[in-house]
Amino acid sequence: MDVFATALPALSDAWALILQPVVLGYLVLGVVMGLAVGVFPGLGGIAGLSLLLPFMFGMDPIMGLALMVGMVAVVPTSDTFASVLMGIPGSSASQATVLDGFPMAKRGQAARALAAAFTSSLFGGLVGAAFLTMFIVIARPLVLAFGLPEMLMISVLGLSMVAVLAGRVALKGVAAAGLGMLVGTIGEADAGGSLRMATYDIPYLMDGLKLVIVGLGIFAVPEIVSLLRQDRSIAKDAKLGAGWGAGVRDWFANKWLSVRCSLIGVVVGVIPGLGGSVVDWIAYGHSVQTTKDKSNFGKGEVRGVIGPESSNNAKEGGGLVPTLLFGIPGSGSMAIFIGAIALLGSGDIEVGPNMLRDNLDITYSIVWLLALANVVGTLLCIAASGGIAKLTTIRFTYLAPFLFMLISFAAFQSGQNFEDILALFVIGLIGIFLRRFDWSRPAFLIGFVLSNPVEKFSNQAFQIASFRFRKSFEEGMDYIFSPIVIVLLIITIVSVVLGIRQAKSIMAEGDVKSGSKRSPLVFLLVIMAYVVAALINANMIPDYNMTDKIVPLVVGGITLAALLILLAQMLMRPETDAVFADKEVAGEDADAPYGLWGTLTWFAGLIAATYVLGFILALMGFLIAFLRVRAQAPWPKTLILTAAGIALMCVMAGALNRDFPPGLLQDVVDLPWPLK
Amino acid sequence: MTIKHLAASVAASAIIASPAFAEVDFSGETIEWVIPFSETGGSAKWANFFAPLLSEELPGNPTVVVKFMPGAGSTKGANWFQEQEHEDGTLLFGTSGSTQFPYLLDDPRVRYEYSDWNPVMASGTGGVAYLNPEDGEKFDGSANNLKDIDFIYGSQGATRLDLVPLLAWQMLGMNVEPVFGIKGRGDGRLMFERGEATIDYQTSSGYLGASADLVEQGKAVPMMTWGALNEDGEIVRDPTFPDIPTFKEVCEATEGCETSGKAWDAWKAFFIAGFPVQKIAFLPQGTPQEVIDTYTAAFDAVRNRDDFPQIAAKRVGKYDVFVGEGAKKATQAGTTVSPEAKAFVTNWLQEAYGVSLN
Repeated sequence: MDVFATALPALSDAWALILQPVVLGYLVLGVVMGLAVGVFPGLGGIAGLSLLLPFMFGMDPIMGLALMVGMVAVVPTSDTFASVLMGIPGSSASQATVLDGFPMAKRGQAARALAAAFTSSLFGGLVGAAFLTMFIVIARPLVLAFGLPEMLMISVLGLSMVAVLAGRVALKGVAAAGLGMLVGTIGEADAGGSLRMATYDIPYLMDGLKLVIVGLGIFAVPEIVSLLRQDRSIAKDAKLGAGWGAGVRDWFANKWLSVRCSLIGVVVGVIPGLGGSVVDWIAYGHSVQTTKDKSNFGKGEVRGVIGPESSNNAKEGGGLVPTLLFGIPGSGSMAIFIGAIALLGSGDIEVGPNMLRDNLDITYSIVWLLALANVVGTLLCIAASGGIAKLTTIRFTYLAPFLFMLISFAAFQSGQNFEDILALFVIGLIGIFLRRFDWSRPAFLIGFVLSNPVEKFSNQAFQIASFRFRKSFEEGMDYIFSPIVIVLLIITIVSVVLGIRQAKSIMAEGDVKSGSKRSPLVFLLVIMAYVVAALINANMIPDYNMTDKIVPLVVGGITLAALLILLAQMLMRPETDAVFADKEVAGEDADAPYGLWGTLTWFAGLIAATYVLGFILALMGFLIAFLRVRAQAPWPKTLILTAAGIALMCVMAGALNRDFPPGLLQDVVDLPWPLK
Repeated sequence: MTIKHLAASVAASAIIASPAFAEVDFSGETIEWVIPFSETGGSAKWANFFAPLLSEELPGNPTVVVKFMPGAGSTKGANWFQEQEHEDGTLLFGTSGSTQFPYLLDDPRVRYEYSDWNPVMASGTGGVAYLNPEDGEKFDGSANNLKDIDFIYGSQGATRLDLVPLLAWQMLGMNVEPVFGIKGRGDGRLMFERGEATIDYQTSSGYLGASADLVEQGKAVPMMTWGALNEDGEIVRDPTFPDIPTFKEVCEATEGCETSGKAWDAWKAFFIAGFPVQKIAFLPQGTPQEVIDTYTAAFDAVRNRDDFPQIAAKRVGKYDVFVGEGAKKATQAGTTVSPEAKAFVTNWLQEAYGVSLN
């Protein structure tokens, strides 16, 4: 009761702070800026907040908070546009949304998918805020209850979603996830600093591949290339079906799913160290498992949109707990947020354990500013969704060059290396072939995302557990098998068992026909060669750095075993078997008027020209050439569209103070900014 | 007299000696302060703190923006800066202990040379080590009673700043097992709070922000600070924590720990690089003296603001900010170690943790 005696007055103080017209004005300003930044894939809250930082110094705390919270809150909402309309995962929070959101857009239901997603986001945000209000004063012990074994189990639970998403041939799903994990281990190991599939001569590989690049490469590049080959609009026959009202009704019909996924989002968000990488997959898996008729998942099932979207905004609320109570940021944008709070006013708001004691009113203000920002942001997004959905009726050949432009820019922003764009192309190729041969792309991505947490938490938990076991057996057992771990273990086992049973009916790539043996076999052998190379490479790490080699060895071993069984199946089974699934045999891709390599050459051309001329000059040439040659656009249209594309890039980069990839030309000649 | 006064007087004389700086004017220009780290680290916090203050003090009040160039443990950004040359004085670069340590340890990725650059400002921090309450009771100002206990410590890696505490505990004869791979000192503190780690250290701001609270609640017992340097280069009590003994004092009181000899010299060399001279702002090679003086004067004005001690206390701690000659000397001290100290540490890293940087 003591707690409530202080909490209630603080809560009313918080509302008094928030409900000032000028504060609300700043909030709306932040929301609008956040939406503008968030619709561009790969930029996200970090870019936006960095933009605000210079203004925070000495600013009135509540106004500064309104501006920043407004911006942070809407990024996971607005990135839904890119994932649903273009199949581009805007951030890690919206990867699962792509699975069903984009197929809905392809069926002409973009507005419905967007509205369902936004309503779910809004609801998730509100649930998150309500939950936090009651919970934040007593959250500390719960956060501390999640030690390394518990975090490891949550990562494993996330990984178990591979079972649901494995596709028709479960072994292919396992191998795809294993490959994703191996790709995730590339670079300098966290624990001992050993290099895995990297060398000191290629510094780029040492930091490993960025999630943005892998997400874009695995999901966006294959879809863009495929649609471009078919030369149609995203929505088939350029028709738009159900409007945004239908999406809101969809949400209402699935409100309990939304509630459950919101709670999953808050709880996972509260745990520091996991962040948003697993939550949307857990929510997606939950949506699949609780749906009776699973046959529509992957083809445009609205529940597959509602689940992840409910959880990803609720997660933002949950993520405030470690941020505000422990001063430990759950994400990159939260880290800047903490830094920025210290700049506000006279600098006396200090994030950390004292926050609840000294600034409870500010804490509650942040929680409810977040909720309000969600409301404002969602209403704006829903209002815009009908109009923006029309993008899906445009002939794709006119969209594609701009999408190549956007994803290249987004990839470059993740590390500001030319290699970022190159990596996007290579991962994109992997994505194209995974899609073509019906290897689960979500499984690959889940493996990649969870590679680092699984490795880190298992190594650390193992080390601490053996330390405890040395003290006494009971202490060790108590540590490993805490009640939370046992509960999570049961959930994981249940979801794997259910998942394996259900996986066959969930065809994320649609019904892919089988044909000749040669191409699928070659692809399998290529993957196998990489896995063997990774295994040999990991085995070369000296034994005293066991922590750096154990996970690649185990994962690589399992993957190799799965691949060998698949190889045996391929040798024994007839070419009509599902193992030989190949999109080039029959269906949309096979019937496409343009070939794969010809289409990819355009993208490769942009990258090669960037290497020589720098991004903006290369882009200019690319847009003109593409629109003239491939789209057969008349000169005036070509020039107008090119100018618009370049202008958009310059305004974006200029406002956010970002650079473009320079080329060889820029090494020789000094050029002014956009060309620099 | 502390090193602060010394540094201040040296800097002041440097400013008076060169009256040319008034010619530089940055009106309407944008100064890019490049940090070889991501937006989320301590260096970002440091640069973002100084950027608006610097903008107010530079002639013409240019906009100062902080740019991030993370990668390869900050060596990517530092290698890039090595290639830059003076153009118009609008490029500033900031390094931290994480940039200095690979340089000192001959990391193969390092292609930069500190002595080519022009330091204009340097600032430091301190660190506090603390114990869990149970073992804290056995701490009597020496580590004599702590030698039979196994400790566990959440560490970012033996070649990072954690080298300083790990070597200190080892010199005290304590058995501390590091759990590697955590992402920041905050994660280490959380591990300590959960009882998974039993010993921890935080930099001053981290300690004041959260760990001091644990001490107040009886959930942690402070053990020692790394200390601060006086003008003679001797280790004295940390001005932020005058009541907590330094490692030097604890070492003197502990049997078998010596404050002279190879181990001590090596520890001290890396302590200086990691703490009192942790963050340095540089202008690129070939910067003319009047530009250097302009920046020196601006940073000097920043640190002499009336409200500076108050606003800096929480952001960068109550530690000295060196400018001009002081920054030069500090950089010198923070980026050189004797070959013996280097050999000792390289050998110890290899033996204790199997870490080799070649």
